[in-house]
Amino acid sequence: MRHTISLLVENKFGVYSRIAGLFSGKGFNMDSICVGETDNPDYSRMTIVTTGDDMVIEQIIKQLRKIIDVIKVTDLTHEDHVNREMALIKLNCTSTTRNSIVQIVDIFRAKIVDISPKTLTVEVTGSDKKVQAIVNMLQPFGIREIARTGTVALKREYSGKSPDWSSGEKRAFV
Amino acid sequence: MGDCKMEKVKEKEVAAAPKKKKEVLSGADILIRALLAEDVEYVFGYPGGVVIPIFDKLYSAPRPKVVLTRHEQGAQHMADGYARSSGKVGVCLVTSGPGATNLVTGIATSFMDSVPVVCLTGQVATAVIGNDAFQEVDITGITRPITKHNYLVRDTADLARTIKEAFYIAGTGRPGPVLVDLPKDVLISQVEFDYPDKVDIPGYKPTGEGHIQQIKKVAEVMAAARRPVFYVGGGCITANAAGELTDLARTAKIPVTTTLLGLGAFPENDPLSLGMLGMHGTWYANMAVNECDLLIAVGARFDDRVTGKLDDFAPKAEVIHLDVDPASISKNIKVDYPVVGDCRKILQRLSPLAREADTADWLKLIGHWKQTHPLKYQKSDRIKPQYVCEAIRKVCGEKAIITTDVGQHQMWAALHCGFFGPRTMITSGGLGTMGYGFPAALGAALANPDKKVVAVVGDGGLQMNMQEFATAVGQRLNVIVALFNNGFLGMVRQWQELFFGKRYSHTCLEYTNPDFVKLVEAFGAVGLRVDRHDEVVPVLEKAMSIKNLPVMIDFHIDRHENVFPMIPPGQMATDIIE
Ligand SMILES: Cc1ncc(C[n+]2csc(CCOP(=O)(O)OP(=O)(O)O)c2C)c(N)n1
Repeated sequence: MRHTISLLVENKFGVYSRIAGLFSGKGFNMDSICVGETDNPDYSRMTIVTTGDDMVIEQIIKQLRKIIDVIKVTDLTHEDHVNREMALIKLNCTSTTRNSIVQIVDIFRAKIVDISPKTLTVEVTGSDKKVQAIVNMLQPFGIREIARTGTVALKREYSGKSPDWSSGEKRAFV
Repeated sequence: MGDCKMEKVKEKEVAAAPKKKKEVLSGADILIRALLAEDVEYVFGYPGGVVIPIFDKLYSAPRPKVVLTRHEQGAQHMADGYARSSGKVGVCLVTSGPGATNLVTGIATSFMDSVPVVCLTGQVATAVIGNDAFQEVDITGITRPITKHNYLVRDTADLARTIKEAFYIAGTGRPGPVLVDLPKDVLISQVEFDYPDKVDIPGYKPTGEGHIQQIKKVAEVMAAARRPVFYVGGGCITANAAGELTDLARTAKIPVTTTLLGLGAFPENDPLSLGMLGMHGTWYANMAVNECDLLIAVGARFDDRVTGKLDDFAPKAEVIHLDVDPASISKNIKVDYPVVGDCRKILQRLSPLAREADTADWLKLIGHWKQTHPLKYQKSDRIKPQYVCEAIRKVCGEKAIITTDVGQHQMWAALHCGFFGPRTMITSGGLGTMGYGFPAALGAALANPDKKVVAVVGDGGLQMNMQEFATAVGQRLNVIVALFNNGFLGMVRQWQELFFGKRYSHTCLEYTNPDFVKLVEAFGAVGLRVDRHDEVVPVLEKAMSIKNLPVMIDFHIDRHENVFPMIPPGQMATDIIE
């Protein structure tokens, strides 16, 4: 099963390679890893997407917790969480295909961020499923290059009443 | 009351007095002050370019004492042997580049067996790191998967805190090696010295003393079992919990088997002792695990040399697992009752709750197995290695510390020496590092000047770190090196005999082995050779009488002897060959 694991780590030299090394050294899958500083520059947040059966996931979490520079490990998979990925997709585009592409981009609420006589670059944000869906739709036009960030995720917080689905959040579920 | 007032007055005085000025020291001086603050007695080291500033300071410092080895691998193994035999953190100090890479095998050895060692390596100046400078190597990168943690110190201001953290991390929780890489300029720059008395590492809080509800549950399960067995690993010794374990096993009347690293956690002359289990374990220990209804693992990690085929390991048992490392629990085998924490503290809380289990029938059955399937070997005029092991224990005494190298002799020592107290068996279990046994004995001897230390080694492995005879002679350490000379890489030869149709590919050393007696004499040590069975005890006695010099005894053992019992790799307990 696919799991989304969120880590709070010390923002130090070499932490990233400790974690990447753990995955490669122990033969754990890593579908994506995403890192960035938090509001406190001493810490970084990492989001790792990995796949494995329950025993493997349990090991991954325990092994991550053993790393001295790792402060907190949360498996978000079974918690209500928001996850997003961003992708830039550069694809072939001629005057005959442009309209169809723009339609697809609109449906996914993506954006065109660069254009040339023969190409278009699309920016899309959403769950990894959504990103995959638009990639699949654009494939027939001929994708030249693609850059994906990998997933970032945070646990949702409730105010005690019903969840506050802001319009922005709903959009992202397309 | 009066005292109280006095205190207050004093406090005021202190507050009024100007703050004591902190000393400004170089990184090298700070390092030595830090080692003193950590009560380090010995540093096992080897100098080189970038660490000359440290060695220069050590030249005039009365402590720590430097033990100059002849190879950095020797330094790491000595620090490891020192740590295993004393429970203290071992320390080694080497130069950058090749000095650092020469530690790697030793660090991995310490890591696999959870041994607390702080490895100090020199590094090129921070300004040239990454430039492929002379003797530059990314040692923190290289050792990342084989250290508990490692540091590259980039600023002298961080040095004191880093050393404090390194010792703390190495010695607490599940111990392990911690490497600190020290660039040359960091050793030379000067800052105010301030050694912290506390550490605060947000991501490192070694786990406590076990959950009490879970401990209560464990006590109940233990009392209800009819065929329980303790399966005790090195973690029990590391946690200084051998005494607690022994008391508990005796109160609850539960038999005990230990792993290779657990030898000594429970006295083997106790009727409840089953000796070692696993690939070369006793018949009755393996059978007890196969038939038990409750397996109580204490500081053990279900290593494949113990379990064999996982699905068939302890097939009828529920499993209790006490361990300081949560990641060890349910890693290989599903555990029914995990308790995470320091083994000693857990056992201390478990003991008052434990009741005597109804194990009379079980112990009777085990007694029967011990009689019908004892450890055995053929008596002969030739020197049987098993006999040498028995003789070593007889002549050198119960308290003697035995270190081993890796191979057949290691298994014979494990099975036939007999172990009666913790920290008396020092051996490389997890990594199985040939070349470990002799230097480890030197570290153990320095840590235990009041104890006899015997290194049981093979003719293959001894040649991997022979050079340390110079260190042993220099330190006037009177360790006994019992060389089990069979002219073969015996353990590999045994596998070739059993599983590769007796094709002895590159395992015969006979014609190219040196004359070991002459060789150690060239180092200034004493060399004795034994060819006959009846000379074994007298020669050991003679070796015991020699003071202040290492003695090597070249036992020419029966060359074709094999280690049994043996469970062939990947098979189950009932496939055991006796
Ligand atoms: C550094 C290293 N290289 C290779 C091995 C593989 N190995 C395990 S036992 C063994 C033979 C050891 O021979 P010897 O030291 O003569 O001891 P014996 O088995 O004969 O008692 C070898 C080569 C090892 N464990 N360590």
